[in-house]
Amino acid sequence: MTDNTTGTHGAILQDTAPTDGGPIVELRSTGKSYGNIRALHGVDLKVFANQVTCVLGDNGAGKSTLIKIISGLHQHTEGDLLVDGAPVRFGSPRDALDKGIATVYQDLATVPLMPVWRNFFLGSEMTKGPWPLRRLDIARMKETADRELRNMGIVLDDLEQPIGTLSGGQRQCVAIARAVYFGARVLILDEPTAALGVKQSGVVLKYIAAARERGLGVIFITHNPHHAYMVGDHFSVLRLGTLELSAERSDITLEELTNHMAGGAELAALKHELSQVRGVDTEELPEEEDLTAPVATGPEGKA
Amino acid sequence: MSQQSAPAVATPPAPGSQEKDGRTAQRPLAVRLLARPEVGVFLGAVAVYVFFLVAAPPVREASSMANILYQSSTIGIMAIPVALLMIGGEFDLSAGVAVVTSALTASMLAYQLSMNVWVGVIAALVVSLAIGFLNGWLVVRTGLPSFLITLGSFLILQGVNLAVTKLVTGNVATDDISNMDGFGQVKAVFASSFDIGGVQVKITIVWWLVFAAIATWVLLRTRYGNWIFAVGGNKDSARAVGVPVNFTKISLFMLVGFGAWFVGMHQLFSFNTVQSGEGVGQELIYISAAVIGGCLLTGGAGSAIGPVFGAFMFGMVQQGIVYAGWNPDWFKAFLGVMLLGAVMINLWVQRTATRR
Repeated sequence: MTDNTTGTHGAILQDTAPTDGGPIVELRSTGKSYGNIRALHGVDLKVFANQVTCVLGDNGAGKSTLIKIISGLHQHTEGDLLVDGAPVRFGSPRDALDKGIATVYQDLATVPLMPVWRNFFLGSEMTKGPWPLRRLDIARMKETADRELRNMGIVLDDLEQPIGTLSGGQRQCVAIARAVYFGARVLILDEPTAALGVKQSGVVLKYIAAARERGLGVIFITHNPHHAYMVGDHFSVLRLGTLELSAERSDITLEELTNHMAGGAELAALKHELSQVRGVDTEELPEEEDLTAPVATGPEGKA
Repeated sequence: MSQQSAPAVATPPAPGSQEKDGRTAQRPLAVRLLARPEVGVFLGAVAVYVFFLVAAPPVREASSMANILYQSSTIGIMAIPVALLMIGGEFDLSAGVAVVTSALTASMLAYQLSMNVWVGVIAALVVSLAIGFLNGWLVVRTGLPSFLITLGSFLILQGVNLAVTKLVTGNVATDDISNMDGFGQVKAVFASSFDIGGVQVKITIVWWLVFAAIATWVLLRTRYGNWIFAVGGNKDSARAVGVPVNFTKISLFMLVGFGAWFVGMHQLFSFNTVQSGEGVGQELIYISAAVIGGCLLTGGAGSAIGPVFGAFMFGMVQQGIVYAGWNPDWFKAFLGVMLLGAVMINLWVQRTATRR
């Protein structure tokens, strides 16, 4: 309702994208309190184009709060949020979208009962005709959605089928393809692989890499260090609302990353899993008996 | 979600996609049609019509048909915005009494101030839209279920209707406005009738079908329609991709306000006075017509055409019972049976037709 154009707000944004190589989105000692609960405190984060910035952390570490601030669902209460070097304060997800920051949420990426193509264009529908008769350009939208999905390697027979009939991985991929199409410069992915099987996770990771190749800055939220290490360029680990680690890929090994994530105690349990991931060196990981700390079996082990 | 799994909306498939993923097989046309809720309710409406054709011979006359359609249109005009609101994921229990509120406002304002009735009509429109806005605003601001909010406004309006009318007129009904300035013009818009082949046809039937056509077009072919499905289907997803959820919901409530105004004006200008205690229970008729018409109670799916057939079923039964010479008290019982039957048949048909 706000813009009368065909809704491809991203097309305009691409012209204004910075070329100086500075971070697109930057957090400077940002924090957020809900009443007397401090969910996030003193977090620094830089998101560059062509990079996958991974934000890791266990449940309750503040990952969701972090992305809600960047995506405009919540506002930060301390520190600064900078986009293209200028401090901003988003009032709604629309504001973030207008700055080229698109978020793909784990469970609220799509409207299940609506057809795939309607989901693809939801909120940014293509229209034609003068105002009282302005209507959806259905043929063009279907064609575009089909083309964009095929570009991302998703082939669907029937764009008319409700998106709820697709698998979780496919839904995530449609949401990612949508964000990429609408000229997102920064793509925030909220635990895209959390609810997925191994194969589906692989598909999603492939699209994360594809999005990076297309020049996007990707913020990849996950609590799975394996997934993060496969595609990540920069790793930030959150623990109890503060930044525990911020490292470039060259400065850190999967072992160290996992160590930070799991606090060391769950390493032995993870080693078994790690050894099954191809290309991951598990020789140097400690055996269960090497650990001095008691081995916890559940995620509660972080204490 | 469990009620149906058919697509919320459907449009002709795009021609010629090159590559197939090979996982979907085209089901026969008849099965695909049956899976659509509008088709189910259409068949239901036909069944009810045939039943009364047999049971009540007077129904076969054209004038009876005009009467039945008229009865249906007074339900149908309200059922359309109520259905859109339901697709948008909300309820309005105050829709029934809001009709009377609107009529009372127009009538009393014009009569007491001795003004042209157009003034009252416009004022009533403002009041109706304001009630809709207030309902919607409270729902989006508080996040409470619209059932509770509009139950509140239903009780408030019901009380205000009676109390204010008694206060102003000293009576439970408003004064006759039929000889006031502008009455003829307004009546021509809201409550006139015209002649087709010797049969008197009420203008509300035309309005009903026009509104249904507009609503269908808006729902399936505009951004706003897309937003209605989205806010009803998954409000949070819709908000996250930039759909103005609050605007959409509030405007839907205001649309119900508009419907209430329209029906209120029709009642006022066909009967010249308004009984302040009327309208209670009508909201459930509207909601039933929408549900029978295939609108999902939890939002996110439905159509504007389905409620047209739903309203026709109601009008048919209401008049059919009279034509058949039965006790009209049976009407509500009939409605209940129809509602249950329609919902269950819809459910069964869709389960069968959408099985994969």
